[in-house]
Parts: sequence; structure tokens; C-alpha cells
Amino acid sequence: MTLYFEDFPPGRFGSFGPRHVTREEMLAFAAEFDPQPMHLDEEAAKRSMLQGLAGSGWHLCAVVMRMMFDFYIGDTASLGSPGVSELKWLAPFRPGDDLTLEVEVAEARASRSRPSTGIVTFRCIVRNASGQALCDMTSPIIVKRRVAETAG
Amino acid sequence: MAFFEDLDIGQRREIGSYTFTAEAIKKFAAAFDPQRFHLDEEAGRNSLFGGLAASGWHVGSACMKLLVADGKRQAAEAIARGEKIAVWGPSPGFRDLRWIKPVLAGDTLHYATEIAAKRTSASRAEWGIVEARNTGTNQRGELAFSLLATAFVPRRSASS
Repeated sequence: MTLYFEDFPPGRFGSFGPRHVTREEMLAFAAEFDPQPMHLDEEAAKRSMLQGLAGSGWHLCAVVMRMMFDFYIGDTASLGSPGVSELKWLAPFRPGDDLTLEVEVAEARASRSRPSTGIVTFRCIVRNASGQALCDMTSPIIVKRRVAETAG
Repeated sequence: MAFFEDLDIGQRREIGSYTFTAEAIKKFAAAFDPQRFHLDEEAGRNSLFGGLAASGWHVGSACMKLLVADGKRQAAEAIARGEKIAVWGPSPGFRDLRWIKPVLAGDTLHYATEIAAKRTSASRAEWGIVEARNTGTNQRGELAFSLLATAFVPRRSASS
């Protein structure tokens, strides 16, 4: 079943997970895109503000994208996203974390410039197994309207 | 990398370029963002992007990659001059990230960073907080990517 703009009324959308992230995945991402010692080297990480090995914030974003895809975006008539209004990295993302995603529709509005679409703004909070929030993101996506689809 | 005291508002650095090959786009997308327009040329052509398009998270991660490489170059230069090196802290986040133009297979983005704001940290005397506007401009000179990132930057006074 495909989800359209009309399927995203403002309010709580749902929770998804857990998604386990291994140390190997964390190190592989950091080696390619964010090779700072705090993301690659245990000893350097201990001396950093993160106080221990922690994944790249961009890796966490990428994992969140994948969780959103598996949860709902993969089944949504999504046309892509214009950006991210705000993203906060609140606590370190650790090797072996089991992540859960809470999703809320912060706003849903019809597009004026493209009437067959709407803009749905999601607020996503990622937590680790102990419930600590690691990331809080607010981002719009462009979604087709069901009416436009059935009208051909 | 620079210490907090050495950064001036408006100071800009070109940090390098990254070419988004079809192979790299599909590899990133398969792992993290398997929407069809990021995985398949035909689906990309039929989308709003008009071609096989890189995931926006790939575009952001490539910017991070170049920031780290640029920081390492600056550190090596500082060591060569016999100066102390500044090790930047983690980032508390970013805002106003915009994916302005599609980044299609074969595109090269030239990334730059410009200091937008700086302030001392009330709770951490040894750190300053810097906001930088990081951008990616394609080979046609079009601004394709932009975000306002925040980072903890060490203060020279605290480390000397």
C-alpha cells in the first residue's frame, strides 16, 4: 500500500526499531566519511569530549534515513526532500547501540506551486536502548497527493 | 585546524571537491537511502531529479569527509611551522540544511566553509562555539548544497 499526503495528518505517526548498529559498521562509515580520531580510535576518543568511541553524526543521520525508509518512506509516494530545518546531536552514538525512532508529523500543507503534491514536515527523535535521545531532527519531504493520483 | 581566536566572521576556505560517480551514488543509497531515484538511472530520469541522483545524506557526508581532510592538512602545516595544533570538538548539530539542486551521476561538487558566527561557551571555558556556512557548488557554478553547522572549537588561551 502506498502512503500519500493525506495519510500524514499532524500528530504522532509511530515508533520504529530497534535497529542494531555494530562497531564494524561505525568504523567503516567513519573511515570513509569522517575519519576523526574520536570516531576511529578508542584512546583518542576517551580523551575527547565524547569520552569514548562514538559514531559520526553523519553516520547516525544515514542510519536514521535507512530506518525512515524501512518504516514508511519506502512505501510513500515521496518526491524527495528540500532539506533539514534543524538537527541536534544530543548524545554520543555508541558501538552496539540499538536505536529506536519516534516520528511525529509536525506540519502537513498542500503545495501552492505544485498542487499535485504536499509538504509533510516530520520531527524524528532517535533514542538508544536506555531511552536517551541521541538525535532530534525536523525535516520536510514532498509527497504526492492521493487526489491528484486518482484524478490521473 | 584553527583555534577559536584565529577565526574571523566571513573567513572562507575552499576545502576540496568530490565527484559523485554512479557507482558511489548507488553504493551509499543501497546501504542508507534505497529510494529508487538514488539506485536506478531510469527511475532517476522519471523523478523530479531528472537523473540518477545522490542521496542528500551522501552529499552531506562528502562535505564532512572534505572538512576532515582539510583539517588534517591544516594540522600538518601547523606542525611544520612548529605551532600548536587545534583539535576541534564534536558538533552539537546544524540547521538550515538545503538540498538546492539535484546532484546527479558524474557531478562534481566544490565545497567551501565560511565562518558565520562565534561565541565563547558559558559552561566550558576551554571551548568556543563556531557556526559555519558550508556549501557545495557544482561544476556549472550552481549552489547545490548548503548548511549552517555548529562546532566546538578549542580556545588558544586555554590550551597554552
